[in-house]
Amino acid sequence: MEYKVPTVAELAAAGQTPDVLFWVGCAGSFDDRYKNVTRAFVKILNKLGINFAVLGQEESCTGDPARRAGNEFLFQMQAMSNIQVLNGYEIKKIVTACPHCFNTIKNEYPALGGTYEVMHHSQFLQQLINEGRVTLKGGGEFKGKRITYHDSCYLGRANGIYEAPREVLEALDAELVEMKRVKAKGFCCGAGGAQMWKEPEPGKKDVNIDRAEEALATGAQTIAVACPFCMVMLSDGVKAKNKENEVDVVDLAELIDRSL
Amino acid sequence: MEFLPRLVFIIIIGLTIWIIAKRIRFISRNIQLGLPQDRTDHKDQRWRNLLLVAFGQQKMFKRPIPAILHLFIYIGFIIINIEVLEFIIDGLFGSHRFFASIIGGDGLYTAALNFFELLAILVLISCVVFLIRRNVLKVNRFEGEEMTRWPKLDANIILMVEIVLMIAIIVMNATDSILQARSPYYTAAGPFYFSGLLVPLFENMSTNTLIIIERFAWWFHIIGILAFAVYVTYSKHLHIFLAFPNTYYGDVKPKGEMRNMPVVTTEVKNMLGIPLDTPAPDHDAPEAPADIARFGAKDVTDLSWKNILDAYTCTQCGRCTDSCPANQTGKKLSPRKIVMDVRYRAEEIGRSLDVGGPGAEDGKALFRDYITEEEINACTTCQACVEACPVLINPLDVILQIRRYMSMEESSSPQEWQIMFQNIETSFAPWKFPPSDRFTWADSLKNKSE
Repeated sequence: MEYKVPTVAELAAAGQTPDVLFWVGCAGSFDDRYKNVTRAFVKILNKLGINFAVLGQEESCTGDPARRAGNEFLFQMQAMSNIQVLNGYEIKKIVTACPHCFNTIKNEYPALGGTYEVMHHSQFLQQLINEGRVTLKGGGEFKGKRITYHDSCYLGRANGIYEAPREVLEALDAELVEMKRVKAKGFCCGAGGAQMWKEPEPGKKDVNIDRAEEALATGAQTIAVACPFCMVMLSDGVKAKNKENEVDVVDLAELIDRSL
Repeated sequence: MEFLPRLVFIIIIGLTIWIIAKRIRFISRNIQLGLPQDRTDHKDQRWRNLLLVAFGQQKMFKRPIPAILHLFIYIGFIIINIEVLEFIIDGLFGSHRFFASIIGGDGLYTAALNFFELLAILVLISCVVFLIRRNVLKVNRFEGEEMTRWPKLDANIILMVEIVLMIAIIVMNATDSILQARSPYYTAAGPFYFSGLLVPLFENMSTNTLIIIERFAWWFHIIGILAFAVYVTYSKHLHIFLAFPNTYYGDVKPKGEMRNMPVVTTEVKNMLGIPLDTPAPDHDAPEAPADIARFGAKDVTDLSWKNILDAYTCTQCGRCTDSCPANQTGKKLSPRKIVMDVRYRAEEIGRSLDVGGPGAEDGKALFRDYITEEEINACTTCQACVEACPVLINPLDVILQIRRYMSMEESSSPQEWQIMFQNIETSFAPWKFPPSDRFTWADSLKNKSE
């Protein structure tokens, strides 16, 4: 099938508005690995015939890393210009695959004049599955396979979303094996709080190595993530343990797309 | 009872009240060193937090063994205080077992006392187990760089005082029950099943010796409790009172939401030419003074009063540090240390102000004199510390306010972050990619058919 990736501007020019805006995020736009996730999610949206659009070149960093690193001016500059764009297009509903974009737009934009219904793609996918709009191939490639799920801090503790991603995984008929530190006790991948953009402070061990070891100890062949930074950190961790040929680090959207 | 003991008792009570009142003034003034922050919204949620988290100890039960032992001490503390009320009445009016003389020493009174004794035994056992956990098993979360001599001694003093106070109650009841048969002054009550086990130790002693032991135990217990109440105000044990206001005034927003800075909002709106009236006022944002001294926090006077209340509420249990990914992988950051440093610094300023000193203007500050850059830069903002705290302390809030100071006042953020800032400013993404490439991910999709 042919995939459409309409921009909000194109729809607006045709006098249309999308039901939902897919906020791609910087990692989803520029990181080679996470671009696959973006494309997987767009394929799902296409296959299900959802009236969506992206901002394309009009999208800009939410400002989250600047804010967590202390640069409130830069954050608010970014936030307010994004809000001007979103409000200009009268966007009501936003879905994103990035928990950091999700948290910022959902929780922090309202104080600056941007109030939208914001969903993380795990919630969006869960909803589609629950509504019966997603029918996965019987005996799909993940049936019976051991999958472990790594909670992203900004989905989990930050916003209390623990079950949606797990329900998505259960829909795959996979065997979900949990790590020791999960949900509210989930162990960070090490990239939050703008750590993604700097070397870690001196210590005994890198956070992502610690977490990758824990994930590998479950014996799962697949480590499912729902965040671009967790994806980078855990992929690196698995590589550092020389397990990259045996264990995949994949996003929920990719798993669903492969089973559709 | 003669007049003299009553006079001594009244003097001791008066002195205790005077010292504690002075301590309360000192602590509440130190808390008010912080900036104002409105926490009067969401009253229902706040009462719920107080009832569930503080009164109901909800978050303690994530770790069941310490939770149950702690519950014994907590219930013991509340219930045994009913008995302290009788102590105070007896001390003031020279009565003996006042409640027994009202309702009779048998029945309800004896049942209540046996229940108190059971609690006293449970408190005693719990305190012994806690001492073993700290000093013999050396449970990891009670160790760490910030757990220097004083915090460790403080913890041991608290546990040992509680043990000694419980022993005093048991000894007092044991000797009292022997004396009931020998002297009409001792109101009939009992039998006491727990202290009764100690009766064989005392029953061969002379009446005078027993009276001395009983009176000593009585005075020891009541003076011990009063002295402990004073001690608590100097120690990490303030959580027994402050857990209640601290959970009431705790965060009610999603943990991921950072506090807004309305001052910055105003400036940014002016720069972008956006009218100022749009957003609703953010109740949770601290109200910076009109002539804003600085962005972010360098010292405790830049924090909010809630950050300082947090620090006074902290009992250094270390659940935050134990769950911190930076700490657990050997970084210098320990959320508990951040919270402890806030209290140490607030007290340093308070003591200086009390003697007419320079207070916060003493050339020192929370940041750099207490908390280092390395600690602040190690945080992943994962909120594990916030989640872990049984009394809703938020160490992360302090860290993020210091980051704001570093970035906006000193431009001393790590070099790599400064580059990231530049990238966002020039390329609108934290990485240096041309903005025109933002949508190229779709190219392969649009041209492809499956």
